[in-house]
This record gives sequence, structure tokens and C-alpha cells, in this order.
Amino acid sequence: MKDNKPILTVQGLQTHFPLRGGIFSRLRGMVRAVDGVDLTVKRGATLGLVGESGSGKTTLGRTLLGLIPATGGRVTFSGLDVFSLGGRELRALRRRMQIIFQDPAGSLNPRMRVGDIVGEPLRVHRLLPRRRQNARIGQLLERVGLPAACAERYPHEFSGGQRQRIGIARALACGPEFIVADEPVSALDVSIQAQILNLLSDLQEELGLSYLFIAHNLAVVEHFADEVAVMYLGRIVERAGRDALYAHATHPYTQTLLSAIPRPDPSSRRPRAGLGGEVPSPVNPPPGCPFHPRCPLTRKLAESADSNETVTILGEGQPQKILRRCVCERPILRPRGDDPSHLHACLMS
Amino acid sequence: MKDSSDIIVTDQPAQTLAAPRAGLWRRFTANRAATASLAVMICIFVAGMGFWLMNLAGVHWPYDPIQPNPSEQLLPPSWQHPLGSDELGRDTLCRVLLGAHVSLLIGFVAVGISIAIGVVIGSVSGYFGGWVDTLIMRFVDMMMCVPTFFLILTVAAMVRPSIWYVAVVIGLTGWMGTSRLVRAEFLTLRETDYVQAARAVGAGPLRIIFRHILPNALPPVFVSAVLGVSGAILAEASLSYLGFGVQPPDPSWGNIISDGRQYILDAWWLIVFPGVAIFVTTLAFYVTGEGLRVALDPKETKRI
Repeated sequence: MKDNKPILTVQGLQTHFPLRGGIFSRLRGMVRAVDGVDLTVKRGATLGLVGESGSGKTTLGRTLLGLIPATGGRVTFSGLDVFSLGGRELRALRRRMQIIFQDPAGSLNPRMRVGDIVGEPLRVHRLLPRRRQNARIGQLLERVGLPAACAERYPHEFSGGQRQRIGIARALACGPEFIVADEPVSALDVSIQAQILNLLSDLQEELGLSYLFIAHNLAVVEHFADEVAVMYLGRIVERAGRDALYAHATHPYTQTLLSAIPRPDPSSRRPRAGLGGEVPSPVNPPPGCPFHPRCPLTRKLAESADSNETVTILGEGQPQKILRRCVCERPILRPRGDDPSHLHACLMS
Repeated sequence: MKDSSDIIVTDQPAQTLAAPRAGLWRRFTANRAATASLAVMICIFVAGMGFWLMNLAGVHWPYDPIQPNPSEQLLPPSWQHPLGSDELGRDTLCRVLLGAHVSLLIGFVAVGISIAIGVVIGSVSGYFGGWVDTLIMRFVDMMMCVPTFFLILTVAAMVRPSIWYVAVVIGLTGWMGTSRLVRAEFLTLRETDYVQAARAVGAGPLRIIFRHILPNALPPVFVSAVLGVSGAILAEASLSYLGFGVQPPDPSWGNIISDGRQYILDAWWLIVFPGVAIFVTTLAFYVTGEGLRVALDPKETKRI
């Protein structure tokens, strides 16, 4: 099913939230949750989107479905400009793009029966005559590994993994081509994570689905994605094919995320490059490279660098020497020398 | 790709299969005060409504609560008249029982009106947000500054007093709390994943409001309605006491007390018993409402 035609193209996407406060709701700043993102998802393929909490990945996923208004940029879904559509066209498009949520409990209305939840897309789009909807709902439930009789019950009667299957059945109901999976397994037990991931990849093969698979660690994405994009503070810092990224992680942030994956083999233990601190506030992003306050690479390079090329910043209460360039220059995504399809946004690599 | 064409569901249901309603009833009845209050509420309702319908049908048993009976004026409580009789010789028990329907009808009608207005205004405000919300909420603030009771007095003075006018006026001036409550629920619920899922599916605002948000926003509204009945009953009693509510000879708890005022030193029963009726009824509604709130709130720890 995989070809190289993109199903979804994102260009310069920005989602900023106004930050109001004080008397008369003065505008006090902008939260730059998504700040200029370019992506493509190929038809039938999976793009993994990885980043820490607060990096803007969930906002990105919801913005490109039109659930959150974008501040700037374009999203093109199989030739259609998503943000220019309204009313009937937007509704028609919603049949083709769906979302699976992180919290399987919160994504199901507690006062609706499972059958009504899964069947809602059928009713909204009047896809089937009423008498044939029940058969379709049963079919969808069975496809995600639940007995058709579940339709009569309420979401609270199910476990986390089962609820996630209900959420998947709802997303499949109107026959989508593209699904944003927003950390679909983060809230589940490890054993159930594997089942859900297998279900998602089976569905992909069977129905030719394309996924934007959002995760907060690289371990889950490693077995699932064809391409991986790493997000930090509202921007993509590295993007490459799965194998290239895992073999030649270029951005120091990606390297840190990779070293955080637990390895079951103690002899192959790599040194852990732990990261200090938190993700900086997207209201006041650091100047230059947004990663410089936490970057291990610039600190290492600064040790041997000429003193007029370095500056001293205050990190975690201590003065730290880093490269001047990392504070002054805004990095842009650029191809790696040996592999033009491997993009990264590190000034020094 | 991966060998898992048959997925076996190994994880078990997290909770028992009991319906959520059964749990609510169990939690409510675990609270003895609330259960007793509910029983009292039902008794008052059945007795008051029953007595009213009986009198409407022309059966005045054991005494006529309206017609004066000059031979039995101002009798103290006795076996013949358990709560005594008034200055016109009418049985106080019969008058208090007949007065119950006034309080109950006004309570329910007024609350029904204020809940209906509050839910609609709160839903619109909370769902659409932005300038619609600002405009509506400033209007609510303005309404809250209106001295409600004096407005009711003014209106009651201008129109011919009847329990329906009183109920409508109390209802029209009492919806602000509900609208704020509903708005707050909407603001929370419209960000939930299941509402986002409904939007992603392409559901329209009406479907989202009525299918997804409102059913989940209603429990606290229900509680405030039960509590609101208490307030409406008190408002009616005060109005009737001041002479702007139900007009004699028809009895209401407020006007029985009002008429008994002049005999306060000679006939204490004319004031005490309707006062007790008001007290018990409002307390029953209040405690039931509180019990319902606790039962509906899973975070409330058991401290009964």
C-alpha cells in the first residue's frame, strides 16, 4: 500500500494561544505551542512524532484536524486546503481524518452506550440506514477485538485497553484514510500496549491507513513508524526515516531521547546523557537555539572553544559556558551532509 | 507484518457491571439524614397534594378550611383540633395542609422556570464563549445586583396576586445561579476528549450540546434545583406574610402566620405550626439536595 505520495502536507504551521491576564484581560504574551512546523505524511505510512510533555505535539495533532484554530501555515490533505474549508466540505473531510486519544476513559462519553459512541459517526454522516447501523457497529467492535454484545454496555464497564479499542472502533466507523493517534498507548499497561500497537498496524495493512503517531518516547515509535519527527518547544528539531534516525541521531535532543530508552541487555549499556531542567516556557522561548539552556553538546564544545566564541549563562543556579552561536543564531531545519532526506536543526552537528 | 490477526482480550473489566444509577441510589441511602429527608419530602408532597385535590373535588374532611365557623374560634390544640383553630373558627391542621400545595407548587414551578432559563443561557454562554459569553455573563452580574425581593414585591403589587404570578416572578429572578453553574460545567466539559472526538467526527453544535455536554452537566443542576425549592418556598412564605402572595381566605403558610400575628399572645398555635411546616419542608428539601450532591460527587469522602 505504501507509495510516496503524501496524503497530508503541513507547511509552516503555527498555533499560538493568547495569554491574557490582569485587569481587562490585557494580552500579556503568546504561548507558541506550535511554532512553524513542516511535515508530510505519506499515504499508507506512519509518521512518528516524538517530544517531551509540553513540546506541542498534541496541539499540532489537533490543529491539523481543525480542532484547534491555527494561527498560521497550511495543511493540505490529499489536495484540499483544510483551513479554507467550512460547513459541508469540512464535515465531508472529517470522515476521512480521525483521531485516537491518549486517555481512553476521558475520550468516551460516560453517559452513552458503547454502541451509540461507535455509531455516532454513522449517524452524523448518515452513512447507513438506521436498521443496518447495528450490524455495522457489531462488525466494528469485532474488528477491534471486542464482542459485538458490548454495544449495549457503558464505557465504565470496560478496562483501559478495552476502552481504547472502543475509541479505535469509533475512529474507524466512517472509514477514514488518516488517523492522528495521540499517544494511544501511553496510558496503558505494557502488555496491553503491545496488543493495541498490533491492532493499529493490522488495521493499517488491511485498510491502507496513514497515521500520525504521537508519542513521548522513542521506544514505542521505533517499531511502528516509517518516519520519525522529533519536536522540541513547538518546532521540529530532527526528521528522518526511522532507520536513519535511530542509527545516526544528529540533534543532541534526539540523542538524549534515544539514550533514555531502557535496554534489556546490561552489557550494551550506553552512557545515559540525562537532561537537566524542564522544557522552557513556550511563552518566552530562549533566544537562538531553543535547546541551548539544556544542550549537552554546546557545553562540551565550549570547553575547548576560544573564549570569544563562548558566553556564560545561568543554568540551574550555576554559571555555565556555552557557545555564543547557539544563543545568537536561530537554527533552521537543514539536510544532513551525507543524507539529504535526514533533516536536523542543530547549528553544531 | 505482525502475527496477531486474532486479538484476545485478556484485560478484565475494571469495575463491576452495575449500572451507574444503582450506585447513586446506594450512596444516597447510605446517608441516613438524606434518606429520612427524602421520606419527609415525599410525605409532605403526598399529603399536601392529596388534601388540595380532595378539597378541589369538594370533599371538605374533616373540616372546611375556608368557611368560617363562629362557634369554634381560637380553640387551643385538642383531640378535635390537633393544631387548634383560628379566629374564624377554622381548623389549623386543615389550613396548614391546604397551604402545603401552595408552597410546593410555587417551589416546583419557580424552580422549573429558573432551571429552564438558567440551563439555556448557561449552555449558550459556556459553549460559544468569547463575546457571547462576556455579554451574557455581564447581564447575569447585572441581574444579580437587582434586589430580587423588592422586585417581586413591586410586581406582586402591580398585578393581581396569585400563586402563578408569584411563582413566575420568583422563577424569572432566580435563574442566575443556575446559569453560572451550567456555564462553568460547559467550560470544563467542552474541552474533554469525548467532545473533541465528537467534533472530529463532524458533529454539529446542537448534537454536541444535547448529546455530549448537557447530560454530563445536569447532575449539579439537579442538586441546585432541589436546593432552590427551599429558597422559593421561603420567598413565597415571606411574600404571603407581607400580604403580596396568596390572598385570604385561601391559606398559605405565610398568610396563616400573618393572620395569626395579632393573636400571638393568646393563640401561639396559629404561628408555631405553619412555621414548623415551613421549617420542616425547607429543611427536608435542603438536606435531600445536599445528600444528592454528596452522592453524585465521587470525590466527596464519607463523613456521614
